[in-house]
Amino acid sequence: MKLDPRIPGGPLADKWTKFKTNVPLVTPANKRKYEVIVVGTGLAGASAAASLAELGYRVKSFCFQDSPRRAHSIAAQGGINAAKNYQNDGDSVKRLFHDTIKGGDFRSREANVYRLAEVSVNIIDQCVAQGVPFAREYGGMLANRSFGGAQVSRTFYARGATGQQLLLGAYQALSRQIGLGRVRMFPRHEMLDLVLDEGRAQGIITRNLVTGELTAHEADAVLLCTGGYGNAYYLSTYARGSNVTASWRAHRRGALFSNPCFTQIHPTCIPVSGEYQSKLTLMSESLRNDGRCWVPKSAGEKRSAAQIPEGERDYFLERLYPSYGNLAPRDIASRAAKRVCDEGRGVGPSGLGVYLDFSEAIGRLGESTVKERYANLFSMYHEITGESAYESPMRIFPAVHYTMGGLWVDYHLMSNIPGLFVLGEANFSDHGANRLGASALMQGLADGYFVLPYTIGDYLSKQKPGGKKTNRQAEAFWQATETVQARTKKLLGIRGTKPVSDFHRRLGKILWDQCGMSRTKKGLEQGVEEIRGLRQEFWENVNVPGSGEDLNQSLEKAGRVSDFLELGELMCRDALERDESCGCHFREDHQTAEGECERRDEKFSHVSAWEFQGEGKAEVRHAEPLSFEEVQLATRSYK
Amino acid sequence: MKLHLRVWRQKGREAEGQFETYEAKGLNPNMSFLEMMDVVNDELTKEGKEPVAFEHDCREGICGSCAMVINGEPHGPNKGATTCQVYLRSFQDGETLTVEPWRARAFPVLKDLVTDRSAFDKVIQAGGFVSVNTGQAPDANAMPIGKEDAEKAFDAAHCIGCGACVAACRNGSAMLFVAAKVSHLGMLPQGQPERGERVRKMVAAMDAAGFGNCSNQYACEAVCPKEISADWIGRMNRDYAVSAVKKL
Repeated sequence: MKLDPRIPGGPLADKWTKFKTNVPLVTPANKRKYEVIVVGTGLAGASAAASLAELGYRVKSFCFQDSPRRAHSIAAQGGINAAKNYQNDGDSVKRLFHDTIKGGDFRSREANVYRLAEVSVNIIDQCVAQGVPFAREYGGMLANRSFGGAQVSRTFYARGATGQQLLLGAYQALSRQIGLGRVRMFPRHEMLDLVLDEGRAQGIITRNLVTGELTAHEADAVLLCTGGYGNAYYLSTYARGSNVTASWRAHRRGALFSNPCFTQIHPTCIPVSGEYQSKLTLMSESLRNDGRCWVPKSAGEKRSAAQIPEGERDYFLERLYPSYGNLAPRDIASRAAKRVCDEGRGVGPSGLGVYLDFSEAIGRLGESTVKERYANLFSMYHEITGESAYESPMRIFPAVHYTMGGLWVDYHLMSNIPGLFVLGEANFSDHGANRLGASALMQGLADGYFVLPYTIGDYLSKQKPGGKKTNRQAEAFWQATETVQARTKKLLGIRGTKPVSDFHRRLGKILWDQCGMSRTKKGLEQGVEEIRGLRQEFWENVNVPGSGEDLNQSLEKAGRVSDFLELGELMCRDALERDESCGCHFREDHQTAEGECERRDEKFSHVSAWEFQGEGKAEVRHAEPLSFEEVQLATRSYK
Repeated sequence: MKLHLRVWRQKGREAEGQFETYEAKGLNPNMSFLEMMDVVNDELTKEGKEPVAFEHDCREGICGSCAMVINGEPHGPNKGATTCQVYLRSFQDGETLTVEPWRARAFPVLKDLVTDRSAFDKVIQAGGFVSVNTGQAPDANAMPIGKEDAEKAFDAAHCIGCGACVAACRNGSAMLFVAAKVSHLGMLPQGQPERGERVRKMVAAMDAAGFGNCSNQYACEAVCPKEISADWIGRMNRDYAVSAVKKL
């Protein structure tokens, strides 16, 4: 299969302008004849639904939560990047572009990333106009801070709740369109299948999570803005409901899945405290502006942090990466933390933790300034651990946080299925093998506010707006509904002995051990085998109580975990086939003498794209080659 | 540790509910309250019974999904924390805890501990926004906003829409929720053109959704997980009065 990314010609810096100038338009009177389905109401989904409705399209918006305001973008803490150069510190579109490509270890598409950097400046303008209360300086101008992988301060923030404020901005814009009757909102609805007709996306099947009712929704285009799949690992910083189901069901209908093994493990999360744990909590990367990571110099240290003298502490990030220090990118910082723990120098009861110490910052800035910057993070830490980070250092450890992989899309954000677009974390496109901090919010809003509203015009202008359904189309919807019904019935009919959570936890452990921060051929092969066995056991012995005709949270979970059990195998296979190290994907057999990633550009300078072949059959791997015109491929160094 | 739980069970919106008791055993004080509910639910599942339906998502206190009244207190005993941020170390070993859903006319129970809070969305849809289309914005630094004003606007904007304020109020009033959004936007220059219209429309939507009047007891402020000040209610009332007079 030949994958055409449809990148416009011409110099990199002119591509997006050229595209916008030449893209076919739909006239205002015709826009209202087109209906667009938007699944998910996070930053990408809410901003896309609102913007499309403002343009005049008819929009149907879906979320599984009780309100669109609760999508997990809400939990993003630290900030959003934009190449505003308000700090006069040398930032530019080109620099943000370059940092992002390098941060992703040269495994993303130049044209997409350049466009992202370009529109980043418009996002901040838009959000401020909506009333997003970003942090300000005394003179009334916007404040910035630094994030990992950058040597400039380009991160805009609203205390430690930037995602919340940006999402509420998008939610409010969406709410305005709902109030005006231009968006029809379907909360507590989960997409369970994609409907195709002659290879084009025609609509979706949803389940009303309160009544159990299945409904077929038709549209001229379908947008998936359904987030990442990090919950495959069970323990993660994702919301408990975050899932891959919409993407995976689209994948089963033919949408290619790219780079599933590119999963971000974030260095600064609160360590696991017990077997019962359901969720890991992030401590924002912004803390590394002032917090210093350290472990004792010698293994087996028994003293408390305060008792260890300065000379016996190893500030390992500052030592290993002097030019970026504590703000080394996430993949690099996580691996460094893992390594010192593997050496027996980890701290805390489990030995799986490193200190994040604010005593130097408190001495330099005073406690009140530290409080002003990070109060909500410190109080969150206190609520969870019962410890005060003002008095003793935080203990942190890496945890699953984001997925760079996702459904394959071209420059238009369209998948290989015509009419199916994928936005935000759900697509694979902009972050390569590692995402830089504060770039997820940027990408979600870029896709929804400023990219898709243009690119969808190209598709729709060539389609006749949906009229009466043909018999063939009706048949496609009926068949998809039947498929969903059969799956629900099957899940409810097993009545085995184990709850869904048991399978999810075991899947998570396999993935964390074999497809986590460090990967080997043998481990990944074993992972594939174990997941296959677990999947079989799931379908024989899971217990899903209740019925399909009302609110049944066990059934919801079972459906999602059944998809994770298929995806998990693909993650391992993707990691197996990518016989190199890059960004987050660290194969032990491909490392430098210093233990850093060793890429194999001659063989793997491409995006993998997996094609579903049917139940129980091995998926086929395709590849989209990456070509670099602007940046020079180099070994990534933060030393 | 172990706890005795009295949990509200209700099959559906129209069904009659009742308390059922469960023993939660083998607990650890570092578990969160919701993790204990997970354990209880897994046990129920193994016994072939339907687990307790309850709402939760981010489990880090920001999405506003979780909503349990624990021993009569919305979000339980900890000040400034959501249900998901309540840990078992807040309770005594062997204690009996009563767990109920939000109880308010505007939030009907859908099942067990799950209520329908869509009335909040309707209030926002009526006017809780700045009417600016994508692409219309001027440069972000074109309009300076004082640091203190920005901080105050954030304090109000930090509301997570959980509805604890409504659950705590004996009148089932949503004044704190509405006042927080009215004040967040009303304090910023971007919110000025629609300031009067916004407060009138949002208050009308609030009344239409079946929320009661302010009881003036500020139970809302006491239970708010984001510690949003009841002073905003006074500010909203002023805005409402001024806008009503101006409109005349």
